[in-house]
Amino acid sequence: MLRLHVNPFDYTILGIYFALVITIGVIARRAVATSEDFLLSGRSLPAWVTGLAFISANLGAIEILGMAANGAQYGLPTVHFYWIGAVPAMVFLGVVMMPFYYGSRVRSVPEFLLRRFNPATHLFNALSFALAAVLIAGVNLYALALVINALIGWPIWLSIAVSALFVLAYITLGGLSGAIYNEVLQFFVIIAGLVPLVIIGLHSVGGWSGLQTKIGHTKLGANAFSTWSGVGTGHWTNPLGDWIGIVFGLGFVLSFGYWTTNFAEVQRALSAKDLSAAQRTPLIGAYPKIFIPALTIIPGLIALAIIPKLGTPKGASYNDAIPILMGRFLPNGALGVALAGLLAAFMAGMAANVSSFNTVFTYDIWQTYIRRGRRDRYYLNVGRVVTVVGILIGIGTAFIASGYSNIMNYIQLLFSFFNAPLFATFILAMFWKRTTPWSGIAGLAAGTIGAAVMHFAGYHIAYFYPHQVLDPTHATINAQMLNFYGAITAFVADLVVTVLVSMVTKPKPVSELGGLVWGVHDPNAPDPASVPKPPWWASPKLLGGIALGIVLVLSIIFA
Amino acid sequence: MSEVPDTGAETPQSAAARLFDLRVLIGGLFLLYGVMLTVAGFFTSSKELAKASHININLWMGIGMLVIGGFFATWWRLRPLQRPEPDQPKAYETGTSR
Repeated sequence: MLRLHVNPFDYTILGIYFALVITIGVIARRAVATSEDFLLSGRSLPAWVTGLAFISANLGAIEILGMAANGAQYGLPTVHFYWIGAVPAMVFLGVVMMPFYYGSRVRSVPEFLLRRFNPATHLFNALSFALAAVLIAGVNLYALALVINALIGWPIWLSIAVSALFVLAYITLGGLSGAIYNEVLQFFVIIAGLVPLVIIGLHSVGGWSGLQTKIGHTKLGANAFSTWSGVGTGHWTNPLGDWIGIVFGLGFVLSFGYWTTNFAEVQRALSAKDLSAAQRTPLIGAYPKIFIPALTIIPGLIALAIIPKLGTPKGASYNDAIPILMGRFLPNGALGVALAGLLAAFMAGMAANVSSFNTVFTYDIWQTYIRRGRRDRYYLNVGRVVTVVGILIGIGTAFIASGYSNIMNYIQLLFSFFNAPLFATFILAMFWKRTTPWSGIAGLAAGTIGAAVMHFAGYHIAYFYPHQVLDPTHATINAQMLNFYGAITAFVADLVVTVLVSMVTKPKPVSELGGLVWGVHDPNAPDPASVPKPPWWASPKLLGGIALGIVLVLSIIFA
Repeated sequence: MSEVPDTGAETPQSAAARLFDLRVLIGGLFLLYGVMLTVAGFFTSSKELAKASHININLWMGIGMLVIGGFFATWWRLRPLQRPEPDQPKAYETGTSR
């Protein structure tokens, strides 16, 4: 049922795209002479490039298919993952946190922890990030193989080998520049592939009002079009749970933890050519992020309206929503572009993780703890070798994902363990001088344990089940809501332990904190008057404020 | 200390300035796709038209991609990439001279 009727015209379009992907890697190779060229694009890229790469690195196919699946399963409440669950954190990263990251000239997020805290904190974060990165790269790879197998019938192993080879080629050759340039290209191809689905789909169901009527007759009902209904504490009915989980768990802890401390994202900003461009990176990315739900959630709803039995044991899976629509609506040609976009999105999801993994492994693990003080050439080669190793591990870990029905929940679960406590540590590190070296590792460990404990304890708490009634089989648990509460637990545990340990251990002298903490001047920083200021329309505060304003207006319209 | 080991004078010069202009590639790809889809749009069969809810999507997509490709090509022509002066000290920006 999923099989697409792909013809030579579509294959030509795919072929042109993949030839260009490799071309980018080959010609980006010329711009690589140092390890920093390879791992951070020589900090030379303009803001529009890093900004679109910032959003594209997150716009993997799992994200697209998963959000369409969520759209079909939950309806419009899925926008919480975009509006409250992404944009505020992106604005905060650009306006408040970027001066610490970019201004302190660290080369990675873990390196910030090394300078602010101690090697123990650094190693904990570097290792957990590296592990998460290869796991998620593997998840993407496996999901890609499943989709290609369903759509065009290639065997699983062939898809894994071919797509891993493409990503391997353009990253080992062109490094981060190869990855980022491809991400920007992918962004446009992905959008071009999704827009026709929305236009044709909406037309075929009779427009927005037709969609509302049709969804009203499904099991989702009219509630599908209300984002904030049923979020009262105590007796929640919203598919994402109560407002505490949505606002604090998703909107604050998970979102800020992911967008402001995940190196796969922050790395894109660190590759920008100056501080102003670095600050604008997440802000430029925020604008597409506001509108991407139109391209993911609406196809999910259209699929629910026109595909009988979607999401039931007898019908197709929610994750198949977009591929089914592609097969149903698109003629050859447009189909080729949509397919290129989908495959591009899989590569984006994998490449972002591999290109951040190789940087953290080379600089934070190899150069810091294993082989110090070698020539730069040596680390450039290490970076290349680590890229190959990372992709091989990714292939190996691809199969971990196969045991889970909704891949998005699996990724959220990973984030809640690894990322949820991070934001507590960073916010204290940047705004409280007294935060001591040993409180860093203590807080992170406590937060990670807190997330895991909450995850497993939550299955025995009736509040996380529909109608607040415990299901002994645990099948009906609201997994998203439990994730949000797990994140809140991690955040609180990290915060409390960090503060307590800071009270009883010795802080760093202020002279070592220059540029790392709010209000501590960096003696190496240039005179503020000598740094060129961006024009008024490119001011981070203005760009961030407008993005938040748009989100606020949209949230009220779709409340 | 926790500082990065000094790699000293052996560190080669960054070649980042040799990075090509991405706008050319985006513009080129979209112009090429645009032409291909627009032409295909003129030969849409009535069966394909019915499939796509009577929207000639190849034609419209082709035109849309020509516009986007044209935008990138024009932007690239009007504001070509400026190469930084090779001798210009940009220590703070690149972070290489610590």
